[in-house]
Amino acid sequence: MLDRDINEDIKWAKINTDILRSLENPRMGYWVSVGVCLGLLALGITGEVHQYTTGMGPANLNWPHMWDLYIASFIFWIGMSHSGTLLSAILHIIQSDWRKPIYRFAEAMTTFSLLTAGLFPVIHVGRLWNIYWTLPYYSDRGIWPNFRSPLIWDAFAVFTYLTSSALFLFIGMIPDLAICRDNAKGWRKRLYTVLSLGWRGDDRQWRNFRKTYLLMACYLIPLAVSVHSIVSSDFAMSIMPGWHVTTFPPYFVAGALYSGCAAIITLFVLLRYYFRWEDYMTIPILEKVCKLTFAIAMVWTYLNAIEFSAVWYGHDEASKEVLIAKFNGPYAWIFWTMMFCGSVLPFTLTFEKLRRNIPVMFVVSLFLNLGMFFERWMIVAPTLSLAYHPIAWNVMWGSWVEWFIVAGSFGWFGLLFLVFVKVFPSVSMYEVKEMVFHRRQLAHKDVKEIMHRPEGETKTATGRPGLEGA
Amino acid sequence: MKKSRILGLFSNFDEAFNAISEIRLHKITGVSVNDVTVISPIEHPEIEEVLGERPSHVPKFTLTGACFGLTFGFLFLASAQATFLVQPQGGKAVIPLPSNIVLTYEMLILFSVLFTVAGFIIGARLLRKRRSLYSEMVTLDQVGIELEVEEKYIEPIKRLFKEHGVLEIREEVAR
Repeated sequence: MLDRDINEDIKWAKINTDILRSLENPRMGYWVSVGVCLGLLALGITGEVHQYTTGMGPANLNWPHMWDLYIASFIFWIGMSHSGTLLSAILHIIQSDWRKPIYRFAEAMTTFSLLTAGLFPVIHVGRLWNIYWTLPYYSDRGIWPNFRSPLIWDAFAVFTYLTSSALFLFIGMIPDLAICRDNAKGWRKRLYTVLSLGWRGDDRQWRNFRKTYLLMACYLIPLAVSVHSIVSSDFAMSIMPGWHVTTFPPYFVAGALYSGCAAIITLFVLLRYYFRWEDYMTIPILEKVCKLTFAIAMVWTYLNAIEFSAVWYGHDEASKEVLIAKFNGPYAWIFWTMMFCGSVLPFTLTFEKLRRNIPVMFVVSLFLNLGMFFERWMIVAPTLSLAYHPIAWNVMWGSWVEWFIVAGSFGWFGLLFLVFVKVFPSVSMYEVKEMVFHRRQLAHKDVKEIMHRPEGETKTATGRPGLEGA
Repeated sequence: MKKSRILGLFSNFDEAFNAISEIRLHKITGVSVNDVTVISPIEHPEIEEVLGERPSHVPKFTLTGACFGLTFGFLFLASAQATFLVQPQGGKAVIPLPSNIVLTYEMLILFSVLFTVAGFIIGARLLRKRRSLYSEMVTLDQVGIELEVEEKYIEPIKRLFKEHGVLEIREEVAR
């Protein structure tokens, strides 16, 4: 079994061929996946249409559950968005080159998660036809945005993060779009020609590219942290029991990184299997992601423990009651499932044999994300169920409309991702080449040999395997 | 004087570097590394060893964006809040600094990133009509050296390229 992050003997032409093959006509498995996503999306649209026509009643959005599954799902998707761009930026700055084969799809995951997350506040407020009221414009209706509210901060932060991470994804993709342009025909050629912005790979372009990418990475790290801190402020700045906790910002950031890493493992396994990218998405890289996930899981576990002890020793009776109710109340099974998936299951990641077992890691990653979804539910539901007024105590399980819309969000995300992997290269070709080049240099091998194509291989651009027939 | 463009394609960096080094040593009188553009499939910072350090102005755009975001962000918020004076403030400040700091920070980052991207597009001379001298092989695995020189230097450059194992040479009259 290959024990290096990447096989440095791999030829550059093969890198192009292998990655560009993923853009060719899809196989049956792809259409099945699209079908499943469309099915889920149809469920979501059904739920939304029903909610739109009959009002918010079917969604059970009523006192005390003003925030419900929609907001839990919003936090889940915002969290999911964190690992892609944030980890990519951090690993880029510290020059960990093992990020190169996996960062592209992780960054795409960030963008699509944010696009999915952005739907939930809109769905949650109902009255879609009046959504423009939320914009800060002069209004004679006397409706003003409250700039002191973290909800407004949220809108600013999420918009900034979406714009920046989408640009980060796009800028990092430009050299690859030029490769696609040079190998494509028909509508794809026109699309890539426009998107590659005239990239030709000269030294001026590379020099500016290097600076730009580094500067953007530097900005994206504090931005990503600020986004989830601000999302946590939606809760922590209220005085509700269980929410008014100082450790919420780091807790949210750690949870976000955690769910993002778990999602990276899931997509890693799927892409590796589906596109047969064993040469790029190697077991050692998977192992590194798993180790990172375990480290973040332990941070998350610690922050849970510190939150519980802070509430316990804080002697705020209402908060303590909410905490105890999490342990043995109506949501106890969700809480303990969350703790098992979030804190116990990650120990499987410490065993090398399990880390190298791809089916096991796939299943584990799904359960880690289940735990993270439950975590978001446990943030929202118990506090609203057991707030200060016993008269309002009520348990929230979500109505069919909500569950349909939540399911629809997974379909929407999946569909965006599936379209992405067929239109854009989900592994960075030029960076994999760089990785191979530098690793080979480190191994003191002959540079000439790296770039030399095997004998007999076509040398003309048009004769190359790639996007023919696309 | 009539100028021409010439593009030599090499199979690896070492050969291309050696060819540029010779140009740097003024092996062809009248041609210098300032006339050279290297086109490569991957980022290659070492190229500055032979080409000399060439500036990038992207950080200046970033700094400008940060300053703009900081001032515009705060002024945008403050002006919006001042416009909304008709709403009851309940004794609180019309322009609340703590929340504005958070929002201004987000605007600072947003405009820094936008200006950085603008700086990149301008600095890298993107969105321009591509020159005709281009080979798709440079997005695969070859390194190109492009020079724009007077016609009389084309033959010596071709000889130099051939000495260093050039795979293909393309040339055209510069318009």
